[in-house]
Amino acid sequence: MATNVQTRDGGPAPSRSASRRSHGEGLFRFLSTGAGVVLLGIMAAIAVFLIAEAIPALRANEANFFTELTWEPNSQQAFGIGALAFGTVLSSLIALVIATPIAVGVALFISHYAPRRLAAPLGYLIDLLAAVPSVVYGLWGLAFLVPLLRTPSQWLNENLGWFPLFAGEGIIGGKTMLAGGIVLAIMILPIIAAISREVFLQAPKMNEEAALALGATRWEMIRMAVLPFGRPGVISAAMLGLGRAMGETIAVALIFPATFDITFQILTPHANSIAANIANGFGEATDIGRGALIASGLVLFVITLLVNMAARMVINRRKEYARAGA
Amino acid sequence: MTSTPIKEVREDGRKTSIQHISTSRRIKDRVVQGLVYLAFALAVVPLVSVLWLVVSNGLERFDLEFLTHSMNGIGARDAHGGAYHAIIGTLEQVLLASLISVPIGLFTAIYLVEYGNNGRLSRAISFFVDVMTGVPSVVAGLFILAFWILFLGFEYSGWAGALALSILMMPTVVRSAEEMLRLVPNDLREASYALGVPKWRTILKVVLPTAFTGIVTGVMLAVARVAGETAPLLMTVFFTNSINNDPFNGPQMGLPLFVFDQAARPNDTAIDRAWTGALTLILIVMLLNLVARLIAWWRAPARGR
Amino acid sequence: MSKQIQVSGLDAYYGSHKAIEDVSMTIEPRSITAFIGPSGCGKSTFLRTLNRMHEVIPGARVEGKVLLDGEDLYAPTVEPVSVRRMIGMVFQRPNPFPTMSIYENVAAGLKLNGRLSKSETDGIVEDSLKGANLWNEVKDRLNKPGAGLSGGQQQRLCIARAIAVRPEVLLMDEPCSALDPISTLAIEDLMAKLKDQYTIVIVTHNMQQAARVSDRTAFFNLAEQGKPGKVIEMDETSRMFTNPSQKATEDYITGRFG
Repeated sequence: MATNVQTRDGGPAPSRSASRRSHGEGLFRFLSTGAGVVLLGIMAAIAVFLIAEAIPALRANEANFFTELTWEPNSQQAFGIGALAFGTVLSSLIALVIATPIAVGVALFISHYAPRRLAAPLGYLIDLLAAVPSVVYGLWGLAFLVPLLRTPSQWLNENLGWFPLFAGEGIIGGKTMLAGGIVLAIMILPIIAAISREVFLQAPKMNEEAALALGATRWEMIRMAVLPFGRPGVISAAMLGLGRAMGETIAVALIFPATFDITFQILTPHANSIAANIANGFGEATDIGRGALIASGLVLFVITLLVNMAARMVINRRKEYARAGA
Repeated sequence: MTSTPIKEVREDGRKTSIQHISTSRRIKDRVVQGLVYLAFALAVVPLVSVLWLVVSNGLERFDLEFLTHSMNGIGARDAHGGAYHAIIGTLEQVLLASLISVPIGLFTAIYLVEYGNNGRLSRAISFFVDVMTGVPSVVAGLFILAFWILFLGFEYSGWAGALALSILMMPTVVRSAEEMLRLVPNDLREASYALGVPKWRTILKVVLPTAFTGIVTGVMLAVARVAGETAPLLMTVFFTNSINNDPFNGPQMGLPLFVFDQAARPNDTAIDRAWTGALTLILIVMLLNLVARLIAWWRAPARGR
Repeated sequence: MSKQIQVSGLDAYYGSHKAIEDVSMTIEPRSITAFIGPSGCGKSTFLRTLNRMHEVIPGARVEGKVLLDGEDLYAPTVEPVSVRRMIGMVFQRPNPFPTMSIYENVAAGLKLNGRLSKSETDGIVEDSLKGANLWNEVKDRLNKPGAGLSGGQQQRLCIARAIAVRPEVLLMDEPCSALDPISTLAIEDLMAKLKDQYTIVIVTHNMQQAARVSDRTAFFNLAEQGKPGKVIEMDETSRMFTNPSQKATEDYITGRFG
């Protein structure tokens, strides 16, 4: 075997060539294993350094970090994640509720409704939504969506104000949780749609034919053979979208008015999130202030980590299930 | 179970010939079809709206001055100034980020495909690559702030921004490169081994060239993604209004940061600059995307072999 | 009870490619008609035109007439969905719905056509499974997934699912090609039983199978690759296999090609 290598390389004596070969092999193996280990190291380092730099600020904190609503690390050394975490969860859930049904519809459109020739280019059009930078969505939300939502918000408040989410007095509309939630929905829609589209396309053709041969309409066929098969994929896609929405920063930093209270009134200008607060508060932060922001980033890191890991577990279970069915 | 005599039911069914499906089934089918089309339309509306507004508002200031001048000495209410310093910053930061993340990402992919053998380490890496994909960009920025600037004591710089961006690029590069490497048929590897070519040379001379265009496409898409990131730059490159060509010394600017900064000001002149910055940014990102798709498209016929 | 199918001048296309040309035949009720012929001769395509499953494939279309007891299946007012409801189909590979139990699989088609009471559904499921010679094997595990059955049992489950909606005709597209000989025998026995109630059409590659189970046989062939398939000969199975009128049929049956 070794002789082949030499003749091809025109290499020298067998022993030297063999040692050179093992050098190369060893180096290559070292580099690729090393790169993988570096990657693991980075993940560990993120946790370690966020904790390390958060501790001094948390020590100096005079309020309970988990229950305090205000964020005054610079002047009063009192800050808490309560209102911010609430805002992060609420805005992401609004985004999820809006985006998931539309994304599933888009995925079905691409996989089962659009004319064959148009499906791929139309799918690409949806992918383009993901290519727009988040700061552009923020600008669009601020300059276009926020003014646009004012009248509908007031209408909802007047006519459906009994519903807690639409309740509120004083200023209605403007930089609201709803506006941020809609922008987040637009941003996570392409992810959810892309993953759902893939699982819908993987639904076994033979089951689709079986449903049609029983006299099912297109919708009945989808309900029998496509949706049950795709459900775990859609669930994990939605969870990945949720994780993305929670971590999204700049768009909501431009839209949210940086208030620090807990309210379900999504039509009033009371909204904030962990990520938005980091972006908006960083410029004026003192040392303690920076530490406090890092502490809040650590909370965000842990929350998104949990959501993403849960999503991955659902996907992996689906893979096993698909294999068992094959 | 009670048994329904087949005969009776069949006699009933036979009286009528080919029946129409019930109206309610037909309506349900049509309603769902309508909803699916509506969902697609709803998804396209924001895309069209964003692109339209960016182009129509951005063109106003999209001129030579904007592309060749910085914001040095320009107040928010002045109509002049440009994003030259931000464009330079973004290009340098993205290039540096690629230089860091492409080798690490590519070698990690090689490890997963060629050396990992699905062992414990390889599964751990694979899992955490997935997890890393979900790390919020603002957290990547905070990490570099905590590690590079606060712990190691370096100053804000374009390089620090590049470090943060590279954390966001790595998982994307690993996943796309891994996918491409797995597409390389095993026959090719075995043919090379059979000739006595050692594994590392096989990877270098056979596997990587076969997967090359696919990997380039993946890298371009990753670059396009991080080029638009704002949050990690905020706490790493900090902020400046003047031109700083040296990414290793002193605060720099980035195009997304420029848009964020200008958009947050209440003056029309600043908002105009934000739109033009957004247009420039979208053009850069779309160009990168387009190049990536073209490479992928150009390669596609070869995959059919 | 079961209906007669009359086909006249039928062409079927995939896009611009003509897959079968000018097929005319009569398929008698309460009998088994077998389609034989070499691969790619269009016999499966033709089968799928009989319940309008052909047009499910994008770009596929049909010209000509298919009459079910005199009614044109391709008349403009006729919906493919109702045609398929009356003409059931069993596929080459068993395809029970993987997310459904045995019971749900059999009841899947029933649910489409209006609400039935639980006891009515129970009765039909039991009858259909009995009709498919599967009841005794699965009656204790009706709520287990259908995908957990053996290949032969899955195929009988698919037959039970098809007859549960009381079709007039049962189309079978090489139903035994993925099965072992014992399962094949079970399906053949089942077909002999089902022909008392249904018009059965079966596509098969297996000439012995055609000779064993069918009453009439049609031989499909194509002039050369890329040309459309045609019916070369159709006759009583016994005559076809002993005394075919066409040279090509004889060559095919005796194994000289195909």
